[in-house]
Amino acid sequence: MSGADKKFDVVGKARRRVDGRGKVVGQLRFADDLVLPRMLHCKLLRSPHPHAVVESVDVSRAEGHPGVHLVLTGEAFPVPYGIMPVSLDEHPLARERVRYVGDPVAAVVAKDEQSATEAIELIAVRYRPLPTIASPEEALANPEARIHDYGEQGNIHRNQAYEFGDVEGALAASDLVFEDLFFYEGNTHLPMEQQASLASVEGDGKLLLQSSTQNPHYLHRQLARVLQMPASQIRVIATPNGGGFGGKCDPGNHEFVVCKAALVLGRPVKISLTREEVFYQHRGRHPVLMKFRTGVSKDGKLTAMHLQTLLDGGAYGSHGPASTFYTGVLTPVTYQLPRFKFEACRVFTNKPACGPKRGHGTPQPRFGQEVQLDKIADKLDLDPAELRLGMVTEPGSLTASWLRVGTTGLAACIRSVVERSDWKAKHRKLPLGRGVGLACSTYMCGAGVAIYWNKMPHSAVQLLLDRSGQVTVYSGATEIGQGSDDVLAGLIAEALGIDTDAVRCITGDTGITPIDLGSYSSRVTIMMGNAALQAAGRVRDQLAAAAAEALDTLPERVVFSQGRVFAVDDAGKAMSFVEAVALAEAKFGTLSAVGSYTPPKPPGKYKGAGVGPSPAYSFSACVVETEVDPATGWIHVPKIWIAHDIGRALNPVLAKGQVIGGVYMGLGEALMEEQAFRRLPPKLSDALVHRNPSMLDYKSLTALDMPEVDVTLIEDPDPNCPYGAKEVGQGPLLPVMPALANAVYDAVGVRVDEVPVTPDKVLRALERKAKGEAARVGPEAFPEVPYPSPTFVLPPWENGDGDELKGADGKPVRRERRVATA
Amino acid sequence: MNAGVEKGVAKAVTLRRNVQIELQVNGEPTEVSFAPYKTLLELLREDLDLPGTKHGCELGECGACTVLLDGEPVLSCLVLAVECAGRSVETVEGLAQGTRLHALQAALTDLGGSQCGYCTPGMLMTAKALLEREPSPSRERIREAIAGNICRCTGYQQIVDAIESAARELRAGGETAR
Ligand code: FES
Ligand code: FES
Repeated sequence: MSGADKKFDVVGKARRRVDGRGKVVGQLRFADDLVLPRMLHCKLLRSPHPHAVVESVDVSRAEGHPGVHLVLTGEAFPVPYGIMPVSLDEHPLARERVRYVGDPVAAVVAKDEQSATEAIELIAVRYRPLPTIASPEEALANPEARIHDYGEQGNIHRNQAYEFGDVEGALAASDLVFEDLFFYEGNTHLPMEQQASLASVEGDGKLLLQSSTQNPHYLHRQLARVLQMPASQIRVIATPNGGGFGGKCDPGNHEFVVCKAALVLGRPVKISLTREEVFYQHRGRHPVLMKFRTGVSKDGKLTAMHLQTLLDGGAYGSHGPASTFYTGVLTPVTYQLPRFKFEACRVFTNKPACGPKRGHGTPQPRFGQEVQLDKIADKLDLDPAELRLGMVTEPGSLTASWLRVGTTGLAACIRSVVERSDWKAKHRKLPLGRGVGLACSTYMCGAGVAIYWNKMPHSAVQLLLDRSGQVTVYSGATEIGQGSDDVLAGLIAEALGIDTDAVRCITGDTGITPIDLGSYSSRVTIMMGNAALQAAGRVRDQLAAAAAEALDTLPERVVFSQGRVFAVDDAGKAMSFVEAVALAEAKFGTLSAVGSYTPPKPPGKYKGAGVGPSPAYSFSACVVETEVDPATGWIHVPKIWIAHDIGRALNPVLAKGQVIGGVYMGLGEALMEEQAFRRLPPKLSDALVHRNPSMLDYKSLTALDMPEVDVTLIEDPDPNCPYGAKEVGQGPLLPVMPALANAVYDAVGVRVDEVPVTPDKVLRALERKAKGEAARVGPEAFPEVPYPSPTFVLPPWENGDGDELKGADGKPVRRERRVATA
Repeated sequence: MNAGVEKGVAKAVTLRRNVQIELQVNGEPTEVSFAPYKTLLELLREDLDLPGTKHGCELGECGACTVLLDGEPVLSCLVLAVECAGRSVETVEGLAQGTRLHALQAALTDLGGSQCGYCTPGMLMTAKALLEREPSPSRERIREAIAGNICRCTGYQQIVDAIESAARELRAGGETAR
């Protein structure tokens, strides 16, 4: 499907996105813009306690408040939910227990928001506070009180360990072993659109939920579960998301609540979260503590890496099981790493749940890995760019962990940013206070397995054509601003030789569109795209057969381009696309086709091998330039250069926009964004409250703070991807944080091994340096974590077969036993 | 907030009795009646059927709700609707001429300045006010002007490109585009 030698009409051309006009005229309807006759409004009552038993909820006064139609409590929702089948640990409204400040306890539905807000305050809840867990260290030290009665043990939610080859042996044989600790603070998506949902019972008696969700399909399944209704009686429409970034992937409490209320009342019910509620809904970046032990040879080759991570999961499971994996699994994709071990542990704490945010679980270890590489280059006296160029993974190779690296443009990315930033003239050569830093990264083009286990396609597309020449394409994919509708229209238009104007996209509606798993893991372009091309290919075959007859040529000689259908060798034999459709409709009947896509089977066979594989990986390299004021620690970033291996840019304006947007979000994380909590004094309930739940206090970059970004797209089409196009939505964020930290080091010679890199940390490191202490600020210790003994898998080059080692009894052999019997 | 059963029904009723004002909305004389506690943002979205104007915080922190009040950009979530009597309000719905886009609208979408589109209406109104004041602003001036409009998608660069390009077009006399 790479179409490497094809001349394109649509692909690669800068176009106005198909949904662009509606946005600039203010006509696009987001969830909160929707209004239905007889619509009521909903508000949630949220817990002021971080951890407490709910002893009683008295709603009588609220029910009697003027304008109130319904008050719901946890009793209405006996069935729990969760995005992952292994973590069904949430209830739309708390039943016996609240687990973070902000956990919803009750809901009021009233004639307007004002009345609902008033009534919420009339609900009397009796709480019995429980001891609270504020940090992973506390979670490990206090198995009681348990926040959940499931998980590995105590307050450990997930705990896992994998070893690919004998890592201790390789470290012992290495010329040098680097040991470093890093910490990455949590941060949140901060989509401009606050979550909103409108539920109604349609004329046919079925439930309709219109909601700002990234994953209507998963939401649909969870609604059926919680409401105990057949899924066929429920329709979910994903309204265009005003930004998602992962924050609208989890089903939200409010979504179940308005559905239930609409079913009880038979009237439409809407909710729109306040900005403060969005901060507490969260599901964003996990705070992660990391320890890297990395072996290198004197000439700058990696020998082995032992990575340990500890994730602060917050109060619920969310995507946690996947997030935990992701703090390890993509680490070996960028550079040749003969042996790799990773241990990862996620704990529960009494704070809003963490989940997926752009880069899901991978920015944290990428930060550590890339900063550590900078230290390695420094120690070995090698140029950090050369060090990396000397060890990038080979195209088509396998990693020690059995991930298949497809095409890779990483070397080209590094060379590009080195040249464009004038790296050689700047690195270690700029005056004190100015510096440059470089870092690289990779990201998946879609997760190889679905969130719930099944053998069905990950994406499906249906095409319907009629004699008017109208092409309608149906897909479950969700437009969250990233441009998925434009990708869809662009691919169909290219395949059929028509303009995107002639394609109508109907997307993200479980009632009428075939299933797509959702807008997460950068999967849409690849998976929806491949499904779309398959559908288009099938229709095109029919059109070609009908046109060939009329043009007196062979179907394989028929060309589709610019709204025309003609014989390749005789331009005189031609007709319009509309004529071809009419002929085909006469010949074959109504024209329609479906296409679907299932990712290739991953090469690894061990238990857990399903997380990390992807049809393709994108790669990025980035150089950040900084000016650091040694007197104040203030960091100014004048310019960023980034190169992204995108395979092929379908619409370069959008592709570039994704890159710049990713850099923007990465730089915000690097410099200032923090989802941090503080404890109120005991007399104020000991609550763990968000330090800055407002857009003013949660710092993000404004137009004035944002540096110029120089973007290069490296186009090396990937055969697994539609016309070769890989992802661009998440990858470009990833190298920014480590590049910034490395640039700060180049500028003032201190290491901040922590994200965000803030002026106070730079100053503290400078003070330490002045006193002759280690010129570093960052975590000092890694707690004792009871990781399990690792699943042991031999790397491909050590005669592995992709499976974990098993003994004669067929049971997995843990590393201890293998070493003992070796 | 709590004027309900607590503090006497009479008070609550007074608070909820609609007020009526006249104002210009996108050039049209408009008469509207609404609950007196409403902000201009709520008035537009809920009572004037103009949901093009967005909200990201309702606290004056994000710029998504920017509209022009007598030609000046204001955060409509911070303006009491009753204060708008006799004044003129412009929203994103009033930018295009019929089906022809304003140069800012065309440039913003063509150059990538509108991804999810949620910040877009506020951004457009801020930019319009800027270009009316300063027809040829520098990139730095554009950045300053939109510094109060948060966008989480674009990283601002293509927004600045778009405003610069629209300014050029408007100077060249092109009022509207496709
Ligand atoms: S909604 Fe008015 S500034 Fe955010
Ligand atoms: S385009 Fe999404 S917030 Fe600006």
